[in-house]
Parts: sequence; structure tokens; C-alpha cells
Amino acid sequence: MTASSTPWSPGSPGGPDDAVVRLSGVSMVFGGDSGAGRRVEALRDIDLSVGRAEFVSLIGPSGCGKSTLLRIVGDLIAPSAGTVTVNDKPARRARLDRDYGMVFQAPVLFDWRTVQKNVELPLEITGVPSRQREARAREMLELVELSDFATQRPWQLSGGMQQRVAIARALALDPSILLMDEPFGALDEMTRERMNLELHRIWARTRTTVIFVTHSIPEAVFLSTRVAVMSARPGRISKIIPIDLPRDRNVETREMERYFQLVTQVREALRAPDSDTSPETSERQDAALARARAEGPGQ
Amino acid sequence: MAVTAATARRSSRPASVRSLRPIVGFAAVVVVLVAVWEIAKWLAGDPWRFDSFLGTGIRIHHTPPFHLIQLSDINLPHMWDVVGAFTTPDAAGEPGIATLIGSALFTLRGAVVGFALGASFGLALAVLLVHVRILERALVPLVVASQTIPIVALAPIIVVGLQADWFGIAIVASYLTFFPVTVAAIRGMRAADPRAFELLRSYAAGRREILAKLRWPASFPYLFTAFKISATASIVGAIVGELPSGFREGLGGRILLAMQYYTLSPADLWATVIVAAGLGIAAFLAVVAVERYALRDQRALDATGAAS
Repeated sequence: MTASSTPWSPGSPGGPDDAVVRLSGVSMVFGGDSGAGRRVEALRDIDLSVGRAEFVSLIGPSGCGKSTLLRIVGDLIAPSAGTVTVNDKPARRARLDRDYGMVFQAPVLFDWRTVQKNVELPLEITGVPSRQREARAREMLELVELSDFATQRPWQLSGGMQQRVAIARALALDPSILLMDEPFGALDEMTRERMNLELHRIWARTRTTVIFVTHSIPEAVFLSTRVAVMSARPGRISKIIPIDLPRDRNVETREMERYFQLVTQVREALRAPDSDTSPETSERQDAALARARAEGPGQ
Repeated sequence: MAVTAATARRSSRPASVRSLRPIVGFAAVVVVLVAVWEIAKWLAGDPWRFDSFLGTGIRIHHTPPFHLIQLSDINLPHMWDVVGAFTTPDAAGEPGIATLIGSALFTLRGAVVGFALGASFGLALAVLLVHVRILERALVPLVVASQTIPIVALAPIIVVGLQADWFGIAIVASYLTFFPVTVAAIRGMRAADPRAFELLRSYAAGRREILAKLRWPASFPYLFTAFKISATASIVGAIVGELPSGFREGLGGRILLAMQYYTLSPADLWATVIVAAGLGIAAFLAVVAVERYALRDQRALDATGAAS
């Protein structure tokens, strides 16, 4: 397939054709109908397509629902309205087909398992025979450059190393989409920059599709092919900024003028989310509105 | 700085020395208790006399300056009388300690079987309650209520009513054992990081896998805390279970017997109580040993004392 081997160019207006993830009209309301607690509109009418081998960052102020959106994509929670399609399937089907890899802000490693056994965990659940399991976990640990620590316990590793184990574990099933929820949020700045390079290298090698939640602007620009800027109350995507940096990123990328321009662009989009006049977004919002009217209430 | 230095010094000591420390501490506490006991008796107990102290021919007479009825020989026998109860041969010609150890082993059998039964039942109940929320709401009040019934009232019903021989004793022991296990297991199986559950959900793991890979191992530190309570409770349960059973081979039987002859030889009851306490400590230490082994690779958990 030539289509999947050429990376999707961020310029195309309607989003990628071979979208791995398609969100349309996704809304999330917490509380409300039960009457208990205040009704909170976490997300309103989110439309987003993520193409194969794309790296899309969700960035926004805290409380803008970016983590909620990620959990909806991963079918960890169900949206109040709208549809989520992953690999042309409903999100639930995709989860049951094990299309996802998840990485959280905390590594969530199991203390009672060695590093190697932690990486093997998803393979155990999917019933991979032990010989293949070991080989695959070794391969993944090599990818994150932690082969020497396979027999250690997670708590004997540094925070950055633990997060690399979590990434190795997430990649063990060779997921078609990797969902990362502020994976480096708890790390210090220097470790974070190193981890960004590492993650970029892994992404370039595995060609996995990534949706990445972050609140770090430089991180989002450095890693992504597109940055979706979100605004809060209710959470929505106010602007999508294509990152037209060379696909291969390295230490020098952070010193490029274009990089600084993009960082500024994201920062400005975050500062004034409502003054957004991007035709792409408003077009989508119009379409979503039309759909909402057509479908009517009660959906 | 001081803390670091102290830690370094402590960890530089060989493991064998460090493992001896609690034993030395315990021995010191026993020595202090015995000393306080005898000093109290020396001050306000009954008068005592040795015509030939330890066979040396030395005569010791002592009349305490004060007198408290609570410290009389009936209420608080001399330590050497308690030790005497261990060494004096009984009707069968065996020293008291040998008979007592035999009794302790009989009680231990009921306690161990009761512990196994109770822990298994407690675990099974916890697994059920964790998975079926409706049952949890319906059964937990009942489980709690079950523990408010005095075990002395329940023991005859179980032992006599079931006519289950010494197995009835084990059932009484299990009755005291299961509750802490159930409570701790429910807690432990829910204690894991919520994101760990999300992680397994993202792998489309079923309930059984979540139980095996997450809930069960995550509950270990909680379980061992409960096992420590249950191990000692199972000894108490076995002793109480023996009282209405008609069995006189165990510590419960010995206690009944010693109670009848208390005014004649109070030291016998004290000796039996000491052996019962020792059995409880042994049961506790056995759980600690298993815990140390089972959790040897886990991070030190201060809250439960798992690996301190």
C-alpha cells in the first residue's frame, strides 16, 4: 500500500482520507440527568480526524477536557453524544480488538512484576504463548533502550525510565493507535526533553498513530504533525495548527526559526481561543451544527 | 545528615544481627515485666519463705511491708510457682510443660484448620462481594452483625449443635478468622490505582483476568495484615470452641480444669495462659515469615509493616 507508506501531508484541508480515528459531534456532559451534582459540560461538539502515522497533540488549559477526550477515543468512557470511529469501527469494537495502547501520566507499573513481566502483561492477557511473549517484551525493551533493566523491579527505576517501560508495554501489542495522557507531565524539564526525543524516535520507527495530551507547548510542537488547541468551558477544539516542520525531528529542530514561530502560534491560539477564524475549524463547526440539527435532540 | 548517617550505619550491619534485634527487644520486655511483677509482690504480696533456696540451704524469709489483696498469691502467683507448674511432673509423670505443649498442638490443629477454612471462605466471599455490588449491599451488614454475636454464645451452638467433633472447634475458629480477611480483601482488591483498571480495560481484559493480574496481587499487603489478625484470632477461636466440646486435650480443656482448681494451684492457670499466648505469638510470626517471603520483591510498605 503506497498510501499508508507516504506520510499524510498536513496541508490537506479535509483531514486525511485514511483516518485511523474519526470523531464527529462528540460531546460529554457529566452529571445532569440524574439530578445529583452540578451538570458539567466537559466537551462540546468535537470533530477531529487523525490519519495513519500522524502525531496529534491535544493542548489546552486544565479543565478543557483533553484527557476526557482521550478517554472517549479509548472507549474508557462513553460520550454523551457523537460518534467515535477507530479503524472504521466503533471505539468499543476497536478496544475489544486491542487496537489501543495507553500511556498515562503515571507509569502505572505493577510493583509485583519485573520490568520484563510488566511489558509482557498485555501479551499475557491476549493469550500470547510465553516464548513469543518474552521475545516481544525483549524487543520492546530494546526499543526503549532498557534491555539491561529487564529483571529489575519498576520501583528501582527512575521516573523517566518507568515511563519508558510504560511506553514499551503500550507498544507490545503493536497497537494501531497510541493514546498518551500527559505521559511526561511528572518529569523534570531535562528528562522531558530527552523523553521527547526518545518518543519521536520510537514513533518514527514504529509508525504508530499517536494522540498525545499535553500542557507543554514546546513538547506539542516538537512532537506533533498537528496540534489541536482546546479551550475550556465547554471544552472544544478552537484551532488546529499543522506543524510543518521536517518530519524527522532532532535536537536542532528546537533551534529552528519555524519551530519558534509555531510555538508562538500555539501560544497565541491558547491565549485567544475565541478569536479563531480558521476557515477549516469554522467549516467543521458549521457542519457539526447542521448535523446536530438534523439529528435533533435526544441523540 | 544525621538521618543519612544513621541509616547507613544500620544497613551496614549484617542481616543476622538485625533479625535478632526484635527477639532481644522481646526478651527485654519479658524480663522487665517479670521484674515489675516480683517487685510488686515483694512490696505488697503475701509473705514468703524458702527454707533452702535452690537447694543451697540458704533460708530466705520475707514479709512485704505493705499488703494488697490484688497481689496475693491467689491473684498473682510468684513467677517461680508459674515456672514450677511447667517443671512439676503431673499425674502421668510428665513435666507440666510437656503436657501443655501437647495441649497446644491439639489446639493448634483446630486453629490451623479453622484458619484455612476461614481465610478461604473470607477470600471467596470478598471476591463475590467485589464483583456483585448488589450482594455487597445485602450481605455486608449481615457479615458485620455476625461478628457482634459473642463467640462464647455461638460456640456451643456450633460445636454441640453440629456434633462435628473436633471439626466443630475448627469451625468456631474459622468464624473468628474470616471477617478480617473479607474486610481486608475487599479493600485490597479495590485499592489498586484506578488507572491500572483503565489500563487493563484498554487491553479488553475480562473480569477473571483483572482479578488474577491486578486485584489479587494488589490485595496481598492488605491480606497479610488481615492474616496476622486472623492467625491469633483462630487460636482464640479454637480455645473457645473447645470449652463446650467435651474435648479436654487442648488448651481450652486445660483452662477449664485449671479454673476449677484455681484456688488450690493458681500457677497452673497462669502457665496455661502463657502457653496460649505463646501459641498466638507463634501463629502471628508464622504469618510474618510467609509474608516476608511472599512480598520479598515488593517495595517496603510502612503502613502494613509488610517489609519494614
